[in-house]
Amino acid sequence: MESNTLLTILLFAPLIGALLTMFLKNSQESLIRYFGLAVSIIVFVISLVVYYFFDSNNPDFQFIHKFRWIENLNVFYFVGVDGLSILLVLLTTFLTPLTLLSSWSGITSRVKEFTFFMLMLEFGMIGVFLSLDLFLFYVFWEAMLIPMYFIIGIWGGEQRIYASIKFFIYTMAGSLLMLVAIIWLAVYASGFLGYFTTSLVDLYQAGPTIPVSIQGFMFFAFALSFAIKVPLFPLHTWLPDAHVQAPTAGSVILAGVLLKMGTYGLLRFNLPLFPQASIEYAPFISVLAVVGIIYGALVAMVQTDMKKLVAYSSVAHLGFVVLGIFSMNQIAIQGSIIQMINHGLSTGALFILVGVIYERTHTREISEYGGIARLVPFYSFALMFTSLSSIGLPGLNGFVGEFLILTGAFKSSVLNSWLFSIVAASGVIFAAVYLLWMYQRVVFGEVKNPKLSGLKDMTAREILVVIPIFIFIVWIGLYPNTFLKLSDKSTSKVIEQVMNPGKSNLSLP
Amino acid sequence: MTQHIYLTILLPLLGFLVNGIFGPKIKNEKLIGIIGSGSIGLSFIISVISFFETLNLPVDKRQTIVTLFPWINVGNLNINFSYQVDQLSLVMALLVTGVGFIIHVYSIGYMHGDKAFWRFFSYLNLFIFAMMNLILADNFVLLFLGWEGVGLCSYLLIGFWYDRKFEKSTTADAGKKAFIVNRIGDFGFLVGMFLIFMTFGSLNFNDVFNRASIFNVSEGVFSLIAISLFIGATGKSAQIPLFVWLPDAMAGPTPVSALIHAATMVTAGVYMVARCSVLFASAPAVLIVVAVIGILTAIVAASIGLVQNDIKKVLAYSTISQLGYMFLGLGAGAFGAGIFHVMTHAFFKALLFLGAGSVIHAMHEEQDIQRYGGLKKFMPVTSKTFIIAALAISGIPPLSGFFSKDEILWYTYANGLWFLWVIGVITAMLTAFYMFRLYTLTFEGKSRFGSDKHPHESPKVMTIPLIILAVLSVIGGLIGIPEIFSGEHGNRFHNWLSPIFKQAERKMIIFGTHSHFEEIALMTISVVGAAAAIWFARHIYLNRPSIAENLSRKFRLTYNLLLNKYFVDEAYDYTIVNPIVKGSTSFLWKIADNKIIDGTVNGLAKVVAIISVYSRKLQTGLAQFYAIIMVLGITLALFWIILSR
Repeated sequence: MESNTLLTILLFAPLIGALLTMFLKNSQESLIRYFGLAVSIIVFVISLVVYYFFDSNNPDFQFIHKFRWIENLNVFYFVGVDGLSILLVLLTTFLTPLTLLSSWSGITSRVKEFTFFMLMLEFGMIGVFLSLDLFLFYVFWEAMLIPMYFIIGIWGGEQRIYASIKFFIYTMAGSLLMLVAIIWLAVYASGFLGYFTTSLVDLYQAGPTIPVSIQGFMFFAFALSFAIKVPLFPLHTWLPDAHVQAPTAGSVILAGVLLKMGTYGLLRFNLPLFPQASIEYAPFISVLAVVGIIYGALVAMVQTDMKKLVAYSSVAHLGFVVLGIFSMNQIAIQGSIIQMINHGLSTGALFILVGVIYERTHTREISEYGGIARLVPFYSFALMFTSLSSIGLPGLNGFVGEFLILTGAFKSSVLNSWLFSIVAASGVIFAAVYLLWMYQRVVFGEVKNPKLSGLKDMTAREILVVIPIFIFIVWIGLYPNTFLKLSDKSTSKVIEQVMNPGKSNLSLP
Repeated sequence: MTQHIYLTILLPLLGFLVNGIFGPKIKNEKLIGIIGSGSIGLSFIISVISFFETLNLPVDKRQTIVTLFPWINVGNLNINFSYQVDQLSLVMALLVTGVGFIIHVYSIGYMHGDKAFWRFFSYLNLFIFAMMNLILADNFVLLFLGWEGVGLCSYLLIGFWYDRKFEKSTTADAGKKAFIVNRIGDFGFLVGMFLIFMTFGSLNFNDVFNRASIFNVSEGVFSLIAISLFIGATGKSAQIPLFVWLPDAMAGPTPVSALIHAATMVTAGVYMVARCSVLFASAPAVLIVVAVIGILTAIVAASIGLVQNDIKKVLAYSTISQLGYMFLGLGAGAFGAGIFHVMTHAFFKALLFLGAGSVIHAMHEEQDIQRYGGLKKFMPVTSKTFIIAALAISGIPPLSGFFSKDEILWYTYANGLWFLWVIGVITAMLTAFYMFRLYTLTFEGKSRFGSDKHPHESPKVMTIPLIILAVLSVIGGLIGIPEIFSGEHGNRFHNWLSPIFKQAERKMIIFGTHSHFEEIALMTISVVGAAAAIWFARHIYLNRPSIAENLSRKFRLTYNLLLNKYFVDEAYDYTIVNPIVKGSTSFLWKIADNKIIDGTVNGLAKVVAIISVYSRKLQTGLAQFYAIIMVLGITLALFWIILSR
């Protein structure tokens, strides 16, 4: 069968790195740190090779590596990348070394285990984005929970056990329904295809032929699992707990990559597999997305804990992404894809910055701060820059995504109402409110808390962590075409699959 | 040079980066000042050259588009970083870089000794960068980039002294308020863009405006587009109901008030409406709304200005009021007159603010005009230039304000809005009154300040900008002398801009013709009114201050209403801000999220746990118990099989 092993190398490199970490001595902490960082950088370089050879004119899966995994069931080890996933893979490999570097001083106990779990997490995340076999996808989808569970549970805050168990069980509960749906789908498809398989490319053909009444159930069985991960209102309450309790690295990966698995899943599975149901329920899901935008922003506005504020802001931002996906036109979905990346960068950077200040003061209460602008000028600049990116200031990344999503949603023929876009656009106002208000209370004014007096500005290592993110924030803001180009053709393909199910020309590798 | 117009944008950006990154290390105020002002000065020179180049082109070739690189390209949405040089954008570019340069130079003196001198200049350069994007953009999205960018700079500069108190709160609060109120307006602008893109399939000015004349679009759609855009304008240009941020914006350093909150940024809304004239002209109902909002804002703000005692507050309300005039002009269909007033207002209002800054500087940060008086003899240049500006804004001929204001009023009347004309004349009288109240209390009469203050004239780096602006305030109006005086040449300013508004004018119905006699009669009324108001103000505050006291005592209620700015801020707090904040805290967060939504999640988990506790008891470990259950089960199964046959 196909044997382009590039993606397999990319996928297994972090796993091998993680296993090698186990051979290092517990006491050699800095060696372990450097080793972990080196592995993650190598993984990033491999992903750049993938990017280099990626053909953005090809809407289909590339670098396919496929062989039969479970013989009788036609379950495949089947990986490939297309325009929908390439950016998310790059985001994952980009953020992992930065998070490792950012936890240099934050994580001081069990460094070896931490590095191991972080690399395992990377393995799981890349696996989710590359899998083109539903069974393989499901394995990665669930497996990835385990390292995250330990990262929150071991290195988290005071209520880490509650948060990690809630995170684990909540997301797991959603996934079980998906497993049932996967099996049902494969069984159904065997009648259509003549053989049982979990290969996504085959199932793409069978999905649209499912009677509409049953498609609705299938749609929701998948969507529930993804919606919890996104998280879509009202399934979001695990997120603030997990974020607040997780260590900085956990929060960054959680917000930066894990949440995107939900939106990616909707785009990769729900839309093409159940096109009629997707169109039928698009307004319903979009209502939840828009409610989430406003609700997340309002609740974020009144938080007293910086991390919780950022966590709720994620609910609002991801609401934009979901709205874009279910608007189902080129502009909106392109906006959603770029917005997934934007949120990973901006919110990732916000969590890193909250972590930086937390390490110094051991508090995340906004009211404990005030007037730090004079003490930590670079930090103040960095926080302002990141906030502006998150607010969606034109010229920075956030604007491009939000603008495309709102423009697309406005003229969406599937949603067929201006209201979604108009209400969502008002969320733009609230984003300015909650971030600028927090910024003002933390950075401006006079220093009142004596504990702050000796506050030190960001170290060279900490600056090194945020600068690469800032570069991409500006890059996407001024020249998003570099990234939009990658997903353009695959986006068209998904829309074709939804709008003309069965007619689209699918290559069967 | 026209082909290189982007330099006027890149140079300020460069200045921002250099001062922003290396500023703390340079430490030399002069060098920082030269970098900051120099970049704007060069931009001004480029704008001037481009202006003359364009002037030499035939009228129908005066539009040049300079494309730098593509920005957002998805589907049929194609947005580029491309800039449009034409009659309108050139006027604005000259204004922004010219007045901007003067104010930059003035700031070298005004900000002398500030610990964040470099930061001030880098923000100021960033502002010019954003403003130039706003006025040179050839599409709505790039305009929006500038639009939000100037808002950001305004936010940063209002809160420039972020650890200072301002009135009841802090300067940072004032900055935040400005940004958020502006964002409310931006929401309208965004919706306007969505509507435009859906209707015309493009966001480029040329495409949209041409299609607006060709496409068969209903008036309802045009009205929606126009009203959405106008909401954006009310935010940026401080019109009812979104004007509340501008008075607070005075928390920023005075050069900022002059540049951003008087001369340039706040006129962005006027520019935008004028740029979209064809869309507004296609929605006559919205034009009326624009005119009415404009004149209401003008008179409301002017009335508040009558009783304020903070020198900058008076000028802030005056700015709001003058912006109202500009919108009155736009609403009356006199787009050129609106832009003309943008220009003259930039001269005299920048001058007033810089003059106020000179006074504040001399009086050691004192801003209460009741504690000034008799400054004329200490500050000859400031007082002389200030009175020129005051006469200009009062509409005394032949100073610049007379021509622009009168043109607006004339068009208002000529287009049948005579009632708005009456309010306009009353507002003009109020304007003259509060301006000369301000002038008299500050510069004339006896000194009312303590012996600890030693007022002195400001250094040359500050007074020379005042003199230049004073000259412009005097002669600036001469390029727009109305046809009845200039004869065959017509109104030069009008002629220059007319190609921009040609499409709009084609769509509008201009009411019947009027005689020259009418025009001169109306002009006389407003000039005599303004002169009377000036005389009255001087009479009261110079000779009979008791009249003012008696009036304020007699009309206590009105006086308090005006002094407290009609309680608009308080009303917004009670009806909008507080309910949202309190509702979000006590209901959305603490009840909806924590109790209902998360409660359901945790409740489900608890139910499972409870069920498990009980169902665990079924696992008794007794074989007999299992046997009984088994027999019961088999029996039930048999019954079911038999009965279902």
